[in-house]
Amino acid sequence: MERYEVAIIGAGMSGLAAGIRLAHFGKKVCIFERHYAPGGLNSFYSKEGRKYDVGLHAMTNFVKPGVKGTPLGKILRQLRISREELDLSEQVGSRIAFTDADLRFSNDFELLESEVERVFPREIDGFRGLAAEIRSYPDAKLDAPYLSARSVVRNWINDSLLEDMLFCPLMYYGSSTEDDMDFSQFVVMFRSIFLEGFARPLDGIRKMIRLLLDRYRKAGGIRRMNTGISKLETSDGRISRLILDDGKEVEAEIVISSAGLPETYRLIEGFENESAEDLEGKLSFTETISIFERQPADFGWGDDTIVFFNQGSEFEYRNSRETVDLRSGVICIPNNFEYGERSLDEGIVRVTCLANYDQWIGYEEDEYLNEKVRWNERIWQSASQFMPPSSLEYEKERIAWDMFTPKTVERYTWHARGAIYGSPSKMKDGTTEFDNLFVCGTDQGYLGIVGSMLSGIAMANQHVLRA
Amino acid sequence: MTNDECKKVVLEIIAEIAPDEDLSDVNPDVALREQLDLDSMDFLDIVMELRKKHGIEVPEADYGELASLGSCAAYLTPKFNALV
Repeated sequence: MERYEVAIIGAGMSGLAAGIRLAHFGKKVCIFERHYAPGGLNSFYSKEGRKYDVGLHAMTNFVKPGVKGTPLGKILRQLRISREELDLSEQVGSRIAFTDADLRFSNDFELLESEVERVFPREIDGFRGLAAEIRSYPDAKLDAPYLSARSVVRNWINDSLLEDMLFCPLMYYGSSTEDDMDFSQFVVMFRSIFLEGFARPLDGIRKMIRLLLDRYRKAGGIRRMNTGISKLETSDGRISRLILDDGKEVEAEIVISSAGLPETYRLIEGFENESAEDLEGKLSFTETISIFERQPADFGWGDDTIVFFNQGSEFEYRNSRETVDLRSGVICIPNNFEYGERSLDEGIVRVTCLANYDQWIGYEEDEYLNEKVRWNERIWQSASQFMPPSSLEYEKERIAWDMFTPKTVERYTWHARGAIYGSPSKMKDGTTEFDNLFVCGTDQGYLGIVGSMLSGIAMANQHVLRA
Repeated sequence: MTNDECKKVVLEIIAEIAPDEDLSDVNPDVALREQLDLDSMDFLDIVMELRKKHGIEVPEADYGELASLGSCAAYLTPKFNALV
């Protein structure tokens, strides 16, 4: 029988990062991935000869070279990846666009500060106080008990519009809980988006995945694609054997799963977890991607990198009642990063919105395709209210489009209910009810793309290398 | 191996795990953490690289011995010399 010191379930960001750490230090490690493509929730695919990114709009946590002690520096060091290899380009600038107010922000925190002062002059002292509390919040406080981020923010901010505007990007880029967040996670997201910032390799997520795969292979790690785990067998409170989709059996001393906590528990035969349903993710999303021959700036859409929009004065971050919640979303224009002399060949506009899993999964195949067409147009109409008016007819100029839904996410990542941010309750130390089974990735609790890699690193360090 | 050679080995490892740090002027008598931006993950890597590259084992109880370059040399030099 095949035997490994460590078996990792899933070749996404966290699984690959964990694999690199373990292979680098001589562990016999194998990553099992059911999909044919690596990347998990942050991946890419080809359609009609064109490559589309899924997941990642931008790398969060960007800091300039030389800034010490931040998550980006940590993951690059731990994975032995240099900044030159990653070749990140910074965002031009982003916006939080609500019907009644607009706040610009960039990788320079002073811009957001001055914008808050301009739009909410009476709130600026409170905002600075909140930022100071977040800056001094200890990194290690991941084991702190749940504390409502709304309640902490309200100690500093009186205007509920500003409060919602600050929550909107932080929730959209990582929160698995509705309407409120745990304060420690709010701190992580606030730092990663507002205090640090956005950047992107010219080639998008592919660049990052290629670097991770290359490191893993060179370190001697083994990777089995098209090879899912269908069952985990247990004895004496331990995982004794992994059963592959083709029925073959594998043994491993330690199993690290990035499949999600309820998804992993479901693999364990005879294991009844009472809270399995509560553990399932509540929030799903759709994303539409439109491709144009011309650059977005030619349409008059300006140079916004990412726009977090919301109609009306109240922001609701909840499971959508409608098929798609058109009231809020995220517009990402990958062309609008500081690539210098280089540029993307085509214009790309991506729009992400909250979506209802049950409705998307309920459509028959023909209906599903029709709904995609219908909602793509409606999403575009909603989002375009928050972009400068176009001088050209967008529909005539569009040369291709695609849309993914909660159904797509579930089909290719096997994350329950297509919930990209996973379970509302996280296992921050990565331990499970089985001695040699650990979770990393979305359900471990570090958020965002840098967080997912940090999760794989931290779990490999803590439960394998240090043990 | 001399103490100075041992310090060089440790600096080579730090240069590899933290290529963005300036190691030209490390004071051997001051804690590494006070001079360089190293966290507990980096110290784990120093220990792991010592094992991987040189076959030196540092049990967790002894991690404190790696605090400064000087204490590294005092602790590790006899271990290196015991290898041959």
